[in-house]
Amino acid sequence: MDVDATWYLVLSALLFTIGGAGVLVRRNPLVMFMCVELMLNAVNISFVTFARMLNDTGGQVVVFFVLVVAAAEVVVGLGIIVAILRRQPGADADDISLLRG
Amino acid sequence: MVDTIVFVLAALVILSGALGVILARNPVHSALMLIMTLFGVAVVFVAQEAHFLAAVQVIVYAGAIVVLFLFVIMLLGVDQADSIETEPIGGQRPAAGVVALASVGLLVLLAVRAVQVSSGARSTSSALDGEGTNLEKLARVLFTDYLFAFEATSALLVIAVVGAVVLARKPAAEDVQDRKGVGALGRTRSGSGR
Repeated sequence: MDVDATWYLVLSALLFTIGGAGVLVRRNPLVMFMCVELMLNAVNISFVTFARMLNDTGGQVVVFFVLVVAAAEVVVGLGIIVAILRRQPGADADDISLLRG
Repeated sequence: MVDTIVFVLAALVILSGALGVILARNPVHSALMLIMTLFGVAVVFVAQEAHFLAAVQVIVYAGAIVVLFLFVIMLLGVDQADSIETEPIGGQRPAAGVVALASVGLLVLLAVRAVQVSSGARSTSSALDGEGTNLEKLARVLFTDYLFAFEATSALLVIAVVGAVVLARKPAAEDVQDRKGVGALGRTRSGSGR
């Protein structure tokens, strides 16, 4: 336990920010989705760090649930992307504006 | 000393993989860089003694989720490179950079503050140290305190599977005919009865 918990949290902050910047900048829906996965992983790192810091198993259990929800989210999200790209091949995030009203 | 080296190497792998995800032009390269990041995160989990989560991270994320991504990329044939030179909305990238820098600053401040504040309250009921392996402790808490949430996630997974089947299914032939007959407004999906 040489490494201070703060460094893990800083790593988590950097990873979360890179993922967030990716969601803002990229327009390919699949790559945006991967960036959301990066953000989820950043949150997982901070949960595990706090679990170690506070000596509590609860943090690790939350990470387990985040993994399950991420799996479900990826399945449904990729299903939606497949359905959209089948109707509109080569669509990017700017083309999907039907709900704009 | 060893811990520090492991942390620095894992951090380099994680951050370079993450930058690779957002900078690669080809979505396939992005997916492969994502695997690199996920392995780095698994190393960080091992370094923090979350051994079960490290195993699950490799099996579920690197094994299943990224393979699903690659399947979809290949299925849709969108594996050609994007043009990332053109900027569709003027000033979007500088604005995103400013937002990223601001949020990383805020999050680091928050991290430092959180470490100072939360150093006092330590768990008494479900401690991570002490007798037994990491897996044993995690299982005991999961099947007692978090049992309802655990059952709820099983329902969530079933619903996700049903949703994916409904979304990804090609509409049947007569269904398409019906829609053409009804006109541009169409009918709701549930109306087709299948």
